[in-house]
Amino acid sequence: MNNLIILPIVIPLLMGIILVFFNRNIKIQKWLSAIASLASVIVAGIIVQTVHTNGIQTLEIGNWVPPYGIVLVADMYASLLVLTTAIIGFTSLLFAFSSTTAEREKFYFYPGVQFLLLGVTGAFLTGDIFNLFVFFEVMLMSSYMLIVLGSSKNQLRESIKYILVNVISSALFVIAVAYLYALTGTLNMADLSVRIAEMGQSGLLTVIAILFLVIFGLKGAIFPLYFWLPGSYQAPPAVVTALFGALLTKVGVYSITRVFTLIFYHEPTFTHEILAWLSALTIIFGVIGAIAYWDIKKIVIYNIITAVGVILFGVAANTPNAIEGSVYYLVHDMIIKGALFFLVGAIVAITGTSNLRKFSGLIASHPLLGWMFFIAALALAGIPPLSGFVGKLKIVQGGFEAGEYTIAFVVLLSSLLVLYSVMKIFIHGFWGEPNKEAIAQTSPKGLLFPIAILLALSIAYGFGVEFLSPYISQAADTLLDPSIYIQAVLKE
Amino acid sequence: MEILMSVVVGILFSAAVYLMLSKSLLRIIIGTGLLSHGAHLLILTMGGLKKGAAPLLGEHAEVYVDPLPQALILTAIVISFGVTSFFLVLAYRSYQELGTDDMDQLRGNDQYE
Repeated sequence: MNNLIILPIVIPLLMGIILVFFNRNIKIQKWLSAIASLASVIVAGIIVQTVHTNGIQTLEIGNWVPPYGIVLVADMYASLLVLTTAIIGFTSLLFAFSSTTAEREKFYFYPGVQFLLLGVTGAFLTGDIFNLFVFFEVMLMSSYMLIVLGSSKNQLRESIKYILVNVISSALFVIAVAYLYALTGTLNMADLSVRIAEMGQSGLLTVIAILFLVIFGLKGAIFPLYFWLPGSYQAPPAVVTALFGALLTKVGVYSITRVFTLIFYHEPTFTHEILAWLSALTIIFGVIGAIAYWDIKKIVIYNIITAVGVILFGVAANTPNAIEGSVYYLVHDMIIKGALFFLVGAIVAITGTSNLRKFSGLIASHPLLGWMFFIAALALAGIPPLSGFVGKLKIVQGGFEAGEYTIAFVVLLSSLLVLYSVMKIFIHGFWGEPNKEAIAQTSPKGLLFPIAILLALSIAYGFGVEFLSPYISQAADTLLDPSIYIQAVLKE
Repeated sequence: MEILMSVVVGILFSAAVYLMLSKSLLRIIIGTGLLSHGAHLLILTMGGLKKGAAPLLGEHAEVYVDPLPQALILTAIVISFGVTSFFLVLAYRSYQELGTDDMDQLRGNDQYE
């Protein structure tokens, strides 16, 4: 019992409600939401430390013992993601302060962001499968509102598709929960795991496992189900895309990891093999998209898809190294995708276009922005001192240990093409003759600060691997051995 | 009884899929309505349809029907109600702004403004 772990859910909830009353007073909205998200960062940091010293923290809501009530569970994996989410939320708010128009801010932009953070954090912390569905809906409804806010023609058109896809996947989620309830008679994840271990993972349960893969794959954009993402993510303003790119798909990835390490881990030759090949195809199609486009938003959007594939390959390989690598890579990817979308937003704010053929020579007038983009590009590709390296190294190592040589080579090759795709932006956009009419001379100072925070974190993450590794291996231990999680929740 | 309900739910799902694959946006929204009806009926069916009293302790019955699926359905209904009303307003707004409800004319992944 620990009331601490409900705070990352309660803080954005209360603040979202309070902010609704101040929709005309932008100044108060900015101050309150900045304070709330800073508080979330601090609380999430305390939770990570508590979980590190005292083991998994659980909170039985209303004193109902699991499996009868809803239980919130903060293991190291969830609390690391909650901390990363809080940091992304804070920097996104800083970015929004200087990039969002007053009309958007008056129409409940900041409450929308708080409710989005509430949904994401809740999805990470819950220990109940139907409660996970509810937090998904909280997150999705805020994202519907944020994607269409401003209602340009492009946004209206793309949000129709986004909402339709998510309505269908939500219905599928309800259906999957119904099937699972019919077979097991419980909704608590730890209890589900125990019961499935007792009755053995029959063919029916494997079918449900694949149904869950389809549902979370629709949220997390894996290979045959990523078709909605490129269009939807380029419609809203940069700060919203950064929130979506850093958080929403990662919730799908988190859910796949949780479900396939905690509940459906008994038939790895079938389910994990499918997951491995789907993640390989996800990587391949992601890099094809990333190198095909000359639109900087599209390039970064397709890089989200590639990263999802890499993380899920780590989960599918299911060796200690691979799981640890995928935890490293997931946290790194949330930070660096936030930074990249902010950078793209800053570039678009300067040049007024996202078409790479229309501007060049940015480095002459905006050197700081240029070198920050360079660092972000190297970190994304996984160049050793930066944050993307250790994760990919461990994933590839785990892939070799699991005997998945082909897919491990796909991961390695993908790094090269990812590097090519972002270096293309750097070479064509920042080098060359300065294109005077395309480049505004105003320097977007407020936009650079949140990018600098995220990049500093990414560099510190890369250099501080020694310091981080006890946390990460604790997260990986829980994922590898479901009994730790089950004992913490059910207290047998 | 469960078999009959399963067949009915299957018919609802196939009608929903058929409608969602059509061109008109309103037909698609009707499809999502049918899809959520199907999903809700499926929870009820999968919870078991054995005979028993309504889940009220005042009934003083020997057996009650399972109360959990009913709570799940109630939650799922209000959620899908909220999403559907948002979706309908979005469809109305985009009809005003874009002047069409034909999904073929709402293409344009590759245009950027």
